[in-house]
Amino acid sequence: MAVITFLVSAIKFGMVLLFGSTGETITEKSGHLNLGLPGVMCVGTACGCIAEAMFFDMVGGRRGMEQLSFLAVLIPILATLAGGAIMGLIFSFFTVTLHANQNVTGLAMTTLGVGISDFMIASVDGYKFTAGAKFFNAHLPFADSMGQFGKLFFSYGIMVYLSIAVAIVTSFVLNKTKVGLHLRAVGENPATADAAGISVTKYRYLSTCIGCAVAGLGGLMFVMDYLNGNWEYVIDAIGWLCVALVIFTTWKPVFGIFCSIVFGAFYVTAEYVPGISLAGKEIFKMLPYLITIVVLVITSIKNKKENQPPASLGLPYFREER
Amino acid sequence: MNTTVALELKNISKRFGDKYANKNVDLTLNKGEILAILGENGSGKTSMVNMIAGIYYPDEGEIFVDGKPVVITSPKDAFKYKIGMIHQHFKLVDVFSASENIVLGIKEKGRFKMAQVDRKVAEITQRYGFQLDPKKKIHEMSVSEKQTVEIVKVLYRGADILILDEPTAVLTPQEIEKLFDILRRMRDDGKSIIIITHKMNEVLSLSDRVAVMRRGEHIATVETAQTNENELTEMMMGEKVELNIERTEPKNVKDRLVVENICSKNSDGITVLDNISFTARAGEILGVAGIAGSGQRELLEAIAGLYHIDDGKIVYHNPENDEEENLRDKTPLQISQLGVRLSFVPEDRLGMGLVGNMDIVDNVMLRSYKRGKSMFLDRKNPHDLAMELIEELHILTPDEHTPVRRLSGGNIQKVLVGREISAAPSVFMAAYPVRGLDVNASYSIYNLLNRQKELGVAVIFVGEDLDVLLELCDRIMVIASGQVTGIVDARSATKEEIGLLMTAHNTQGGSSNE
Repeated sequence: MAVITFLVSAIKFGMVLLFGSTGETITEKSGHLNLGLPGVMCVGTACGCIAEAMFFDMVGGRRGMEQLSFLAVLIPILATLAGGAIMGLIFSFFTVTLHANQNVTGLAMTTLGVGISDFMIASVDGYKFTAGAKFFNAHLPFADSMGQFGKLFFSYGIMVYLSIAVAIVTSFVLNKTKVGLHLRAVGENPATADAAGISVTKYRYLSTCIGCAVAGLGGLMFVMDYLNGNWEYVIDAIGWLCVALVIFTTWKPVFGIFCSIVFGAFYVTAEYVPGISLAGKEIFKMLPYLITIVVLVITSIKNKKENQPPASLGLPYFREER
Repeated sequence: MNTTVALELKNISKRFGDKYANKNVDLTLNKGEILAILGENGSGKTSMVNMIAGIYYPDEGEIFVDGKPVVITSPKDAFKYKIGMIHQHFKLVDVFSASENIVLGIKEKGRFKMAQVDRKVAEITQRYGFQLDPKKKIHEMSVSEKQTVEIVKVLYRGADILILDEPTAVLTPQEIEKLFDILRRMRDDGKSIIIITHKMNEVLSLSDRVAVMRRGEHIATVETAQTNENELTEMMMGEKVELNIERTEPKNVKDRLVVENICSKNSDGITVLDNISFTARAGEILGVAGIAGSGQRELLEAIAGLYHIDDGKIVYHNPENDEEENLRDKTPLQISQLGVRLSFVPEDRLGMGLVGNMDIVDNVMLRSYKRGKSMFLDRKNPHDLAMELIEELHILTPDEHTPVRRLSGGNIQKVLVGREISAAPSVFMAAYPVRGLDVNASYSIYNLLNRQKELGVAVIFVGEDLDVLLELCDRIMVIASGQVTGIVDARSATKEEIGLLMTAHNTQGGSSNE
C-alpha cells in the first residue's frame, strides 16, 4: 500500500529530525541558541562513520561484524555522542567562558563542522561503514508477519525507537525533575537561578554538550539507516531543518514526535507524487520552513507564555562584578 | 550574651571606591520585632541590609547572629543563618508556578515531588494568612502576589530574620494593609523583620523601633511609640550644608510649559503619575524633589513624548509666535516639528541619551542627522560643534573620535548636556544630571543650568540632593508616589519642610478616609 510506504518513509525521516530537534531543545532550554547545530550533526555523524570503519578493520571485515552485530551499532552511536559532545564543549567554551556572541559562534561552528566532517569522510573508505548499515536497518523479526500494521509500527531499525525514547525521557527530565526545573530556570532567568544557588555555567555547559551529542545521532541515523550507509553532503541542510523544527515543536520534545513526522512527511512527499518535476520537488521540501514561519507567527500572535522560547535564549549571562 | 537580640552589627563600614556607603554603623535587631530603617536616597540603607543578606561584604566591622560572630559572603550564607531578603526587584522565573519558584535551588535529598512542595507552601501561607495559589504561574500574577511568592520563598527556606527592601513601593494601599497584617503576624510568631521604607505613616503604624540613617551613618534608633514625624524628619535630613552655588534673580519670567492634571498608569496598572499639575516658567529653574521612583522619570518622559499619559494636558507656550500647543500624545518627532525646542537629559545617560560605542561627533549628530538634503551624512557641522563642546565645556577626551563609553562619567554628562544645550532649547529638562559626578564636574553642570536660566530657558531639574536643590532652584516641586505634595519657594523653604513633603504619603487619592 502506497500510503503505508509513504508513512514509513515519513516517520523514518522524521525521526532523523527528532534527534536533532530534541538535542537542540535540550541546548536551548539552558538559554543557548546553538546555530552550530548543522556543523555539530555533521561532525557527530562523521565520527560515527569513522568509528564504524575502524571497527570494520578491527574485526576483519563483514564477517567479523556479523558476529559482533551489537557492537557494530553501539560503537558508532558512542562515537557520535562523543563527537557531538566535543562540539558542544567548544561552543560552550566560546560562549560561556570567553563570553563570545552565541549567534556568531554558532554560525562559525556550522562552517567549521561541515569542513571537518568533509575532511574526515574523505579520509576513510566508504564501503567500510556502509557495511554497518544493515545492522542499523535490522528490524524485529515478527514485523514481516504482521502485515501493514507490522510495517507501520515495527519495520524500523533501532534508531527510530531510540529517538522516540530520547524525546520522552528528555520531556520527563525537563518537566518532572529538579534538574529539569533548574535547567529551565537557567534558560528563563539566569540571574534568578544564580541567586538561588544554581550554577549557570555548569548547566549551560552540560546541557549544550548533551544536546549536541543527541543531535549528532540524527545525522548518524540519516546516513546509516535512512540512506543505507551512503554519505551524502546534505547533513547540514538537515541540521537547519532541525533548528526550524524546534520552533515548530514550541520547545516540547514529546510534541516534537508528532511535529517531526509532519516535517518528515512534507520532505518525502515529493517522492510519492507521480510525474513531479525537479523544481516541484524542491517546492515540497520548502514546505517545512513555510509552516515553521506560520507557527512562529501564530505563537507570537497568541503570545501564550508556555509556547514562547526560553526568555533568555541567545543572551549571555555574566554575573555582575561586585 | 543577650538572647533577645537576633542580629547585631558592630562598627560596620563599606566603601565603594573612596566613598563611604556606610561608616561605623551599629545596629541591633531584637527577636520578634519590626525595625524600620528610615533615610534619604543614598543614606546607605540598602547597602547596609545588602551586607546582612550577603550581597555585599563589609570592609570593616562584625556581624553577630544570636550573639555569635558570623561571616556572610553570599545569599547562601545568609540563609544558613536564617536570614532572608526580599528585594525590590523580584527574582522570579515568569513561566514557573509559585511553588516551582519557591523550591528553586534548594538541595534536598530524595525524590522530587511537586505535590509535596505545594503542600508545604500551602502550610506556610495558611499560617501567616497569605493568599497564594501554589500552582499559579508568575506571569499571571499581580505585583502583590509576586511579592508574596518572594516572602514565602524566604520562609520556605526557614528564615527567622526577614529583610524587606521598600516592599510597599509597588503596592496599592489595600495591599499594603494586608502585607502589614502578615508582617505583624510573623512578628508575633517570633520572626524578626527589617523593613526599609520612605513613607513616614508606614514607619509609625508598623514598626516597633526606627533606625534613622543619614549619609551612610546610623544616627539613632528610637522607639516608635516615643517619637513623631517631625523628630524623625529632623534626624533624617540633618543640618543644612552651605554649597555656595551662584543663584541669580529670575528675569522676564513667563509661563512656558503648563502641565495640567496628568495621570498615567504603568504596564502593571499601577498609578505612577497622579493628577500632576505645575507650570515651568522661562528664566527660572524648577527643581523636582522626591524619593527616587516617585514618578520623576515618567513625568519628564511624558513631557518629552516618550511616556503615554491617560489624562491631562501638557501645554507649551511658544515664545516665537505666542501660540499654544498641546504636546500630549505626540511623538518626539512631532513635538520638534511643531517648533517646540525641548531638550532632555535623561537619567540613563548611555542608555537613552548617548550611544556608548559612538564617538562625540556621531553622538552630537544624533540630534541633527535629519538636517540637510544630501543623501550622505554631513559630518562637518557636527564635527565643528563637537570641537566647540570639547573646548567650552572642558571635556577631557583623547580626541573627538573616542567612543563616549570610554570617557569618565562627568565628561559623558558634559557631552550630553552640551549637545542638548547646543540645540538652543526653550525648555530644558535634566534628570539627576550630577549623579555619579565629582564635585567639580557637578558645579560645571550647575553653571550650565544657570546659564540656560539666564538665557530665558525654562529649566526643569530633577535632583536628589536637597541642599543642591535649595541653592540652585527658584522653586521646588515635591512629588511623592506620583502626586505633587507641594511647590515651595526655594529661597525660603527648609530641608525639613521638603523632607516632610517627600514622605507625606496621601494614603489614597480620591477615596481617602479622613
